[in-house]
Amino acid sequence: MFPLDAFHLARAQFAFTLIFHIVFPAFSIGLASYLAVLEGMWLRTGQQVYLDLFRYWVKIFSIGFAMGVVSGLVMSYQFGTNWGAFSDRAGPVIGPLMGYEVLTAFFLEAGFLGVMLFGMQKVGPRLHFAATCLVAVGTLISAFWILSVNSWMQTPRGYTIAPDGRFLPADWLAIIFNPSFFVRLPHMVLASYLSVAFVVGAVGAFHILRERPLVRAGKPPNPAVRTMFSMAMWMATIVAPAQILMGDIHGLNTLKYQPAKIAAMEGDWDSSGPAPEILFGIPDMKNEVTRYKIEIPYAGSLILTHTLDGRVPGLKNFPRADRPDSTIVFFSFRGMIAIGFLMAGIGLWSLFLRWRRALYENPWLQRAVVAMGPAGFAAVILGWITTEVGRQPYTVYGLMRTADSMSPIGTVGVATSLLAFIVVYAIVFTAGITYLLRLMGRPPVRGEPDHPAGQPIRTAGITPGPAGAVPEGASHDLHRPVLAE
Amino acid sequence: MMTQAYLLPIIWAGLIAFAVLAYVVLDGFDLGVGILFAIEGDREERNVMINAIAPMWDGNETWLVLGGGGLFAVFPLAYAVIMPAMYPTIIAMLLALIFRGVAFEFRFRTQSARGRVLWDVAFCGGSALAAFAQGLTLGGLLQGIKVTGRAYAGGWWDWLDGFTVLCGVAVLCGYALLGATWLVWRTEGALQRRNARAAEALGFIVLCFIGAVSLWTPLLNPIFYHRWFDWPGVALTAPVPVLVALLAWGFWVGLRRGHHITPFLCVIGWFVLCFAGLGISIWPMMVPPSITIWQAASPPSSQMFLLVGASVLIPIILAYTGYSYWVFRGKVGAHTSYH
Repeated sequence: MFPLDAFHLARAQFAFTLIFHIVFPAFSIGLASYLAVLEGMWLRTGQQVYLDLFRYWVKIFSIGFAMGVVSGLVMSYQFGTNWGAFSDRAGPVIGPLMGYEVLTAFFLEAGFLGVMLFGMQKVGPRLHFAATCLVAVGTLISAFWILSVNSWMQTPRGYTIAPDGRFLPADWLAIIFNPSFFVRLPHMVLASYLSVAFVVGAVGAFHILRERPLVRAGKPPNPAVRTMFSMAMWMATIVAPAQILMGDIHGLNTLKYQPAKIAAMEGDWDSSGPAPEILFGIPDMKNEVTRYKIEIPYAGSLILTHTLDGRVPGLKNFPRADRPDSTIVFFSFRGMIAIGFLMAGIGLWSLFLRWRRALYENPWLQRAVVAMGPAGFAAVILGWITTEVGRQPYTVYGLMRTADSMSPIGTVGVATSLLAFIVVYAIVFTAGITYLLRLMGRPPVRGEPDHPAGQPIRTAGITPGPAGAVPEGASHDLHRPVLAE
Repeated sequence: MMTQAYLLPIIWAGLIAFAVLAYVVLDGFDLGVGILFAIEGDREERNVMINAIAPMWDGNETWLVLGGGGLFAVFPLAYAVIMPAMYPTIIAMLLALIFRGVAFEFRFRTQSARGRVLWDVAFCGGSALAAFAQGLTLGGLLQGIKVTGRAYAGGWWDWLDGFTVLCGVAVLCGYALLGATWLVWRTEGALQRRNARAAEALGFIVLCFIGAVSLWTPLLNPIFYHRWFDWPGVALTAPVPVLVALLAWGFWVGLRRGHHITPFLCVIGWFVLCFAGLGISIWPMMVPPSITIWQAASPPSSQMFLLVGASVLIPIILAYTGYSYWVFRGKVGAHTSYH
């Protein structure tokens, strides 16, 4: 355990709120693109099944999106409450980037999300499809700015440092398109796509398993359920290997710009070449050694330098005070990799079964996919732990230490607010996730309704969605969706 | 000389002040409706109240994101000082808003009557706590924040005293009044009549609070005092109380004669005037008593970079917001069948 001082509690609070938060943006990014694909397929083929799937998932999207926004609100205030010194010094550079994220998100949410969720009858299918695409683009633009901020903190460029220690912008293009941005953004977007593919696949697999006895008895299978499962498995087949490749490129980039992070991820203490790859071990920060190692010779060099004898860095190359905690990132990194390869394995397995025309008939594949449903989110969380803990002991890599980034706040205060966050998040997210699971537990039906009946609708804002209560049998003429009245 | 470094912080201070005022007035009425759950026990009437704010409430809340995000983007020093100084009230406000927003979503999704009561309590309590915390934050800021170097130099509970609590209760009552007059405008029948009566009582209470806060504020800081009572400032400040009194007259006449929208507009007028009074007091401070808007500002390059995007997107957002208010105009529940 870490010492319970204000500094470590503030870090714990950031980690806790970030871990809760990041799941929902990943969900929104992936699902928004999936919805655009579904609606595009519907317009192209005219098949009812795509419209049914669109309407099924759009209800789930609105809940997940809302939870992403409320948890994101906390993140954006936390920079000030807990990390005031960082906000002051890095604010001139990253503040406007985050400002653009807020403006873009606000704009798209206020405008197109309302149309996408409730406007099908009002604006016609083509304009509606445009709105869906813009929402998907909007989530990607949000990711663009946030990943730009994070990448700048990892590989800062385009700044000067004022006499008072503030980072001042010198070249906005260099700031936005800093060296690790190009690998970080696609890595995160692919991760979002994969996460959602496995959620969609798991929901499909769950319902295929459930209707199996009925189908055996002669009931025709639910086409929507099969379609979503098949689409998800195509994603696993194609995107999981692409993500592994992207991860490799990311690793090379990190080796170039943040070698200490790589050394910590690999649990390497001494720089060596040829270097083995440690499959398993327990890094011991204090004694500068990784215990109980299981190694593959040459593999470390092969992975990191793509040669058999390339030199890879070790943690001892860096002063003790500059080393990230290998004990954490060694495992978080391996967890992420393991999930990635499992996903690729599922993709291959499904491809094989597809070739054998048994994609829907093999219950073991479906059980495996149900079990892997949340795996994408786990990988996203582990990946963020790796990159954020690996950036330590800095907030702005190499330039500003985390210890110098804090607000002058006391232990009691941070502890109290951390406890409050844990309690409130536990209640709020339990309720939200329960509701999401309840929606997913019901299969899509032919002629899936547009949105839950009998609820007033709102159109603008951070959580557009059905809301409020209207007693049964009430008329809803006053609460029609808005645009193009 | 009117340089960029001089002008940009003024423009941005104006934009952020506008976002905050928009937030206070807009989210104020829907938080107020939540607070009024406390005096409205009837389930059906509560549903009507919810329907009266359902289309707008989270659009309203988005202005808070814009205000907070804007502050970080263009006045990072102010953000870095105010947030730690007001830590407990900010955290309480965030948690209350989350709780309230979720309660809004879930109160009708729960099947049991008991669950419904619990979410209603959460909705009402969250609304009230958010309002109270915002008032405390305002009071704490007005009172002044101790700064050394570039950081907050005070303690955990420095903000807490009689004045901040007064501001907290004042904002709580002010939002309740906004909510009541909104319901007078948007509902009919018994619910409307009850809220008209509540508005009358609340109107009186809020005027007393406006008076108390206005009298106390100049005593907090000699700068405020001179700003308000010395020539030439008094030429600017004297009309403020006069206008408040005029609006009070309009408010009561409107309520008595049954003008549905007038009381709401008059209360908005009070809020705008109070906000203007606040601006007169603290200008050109961003964090009284020591940080001006120019000191808090990020460099012109940062402010210009974001201003480009803001000047395109904010007008579109405003137009859209106005349009959706227009679409959802009219009485709630008037043509529904559940009376």
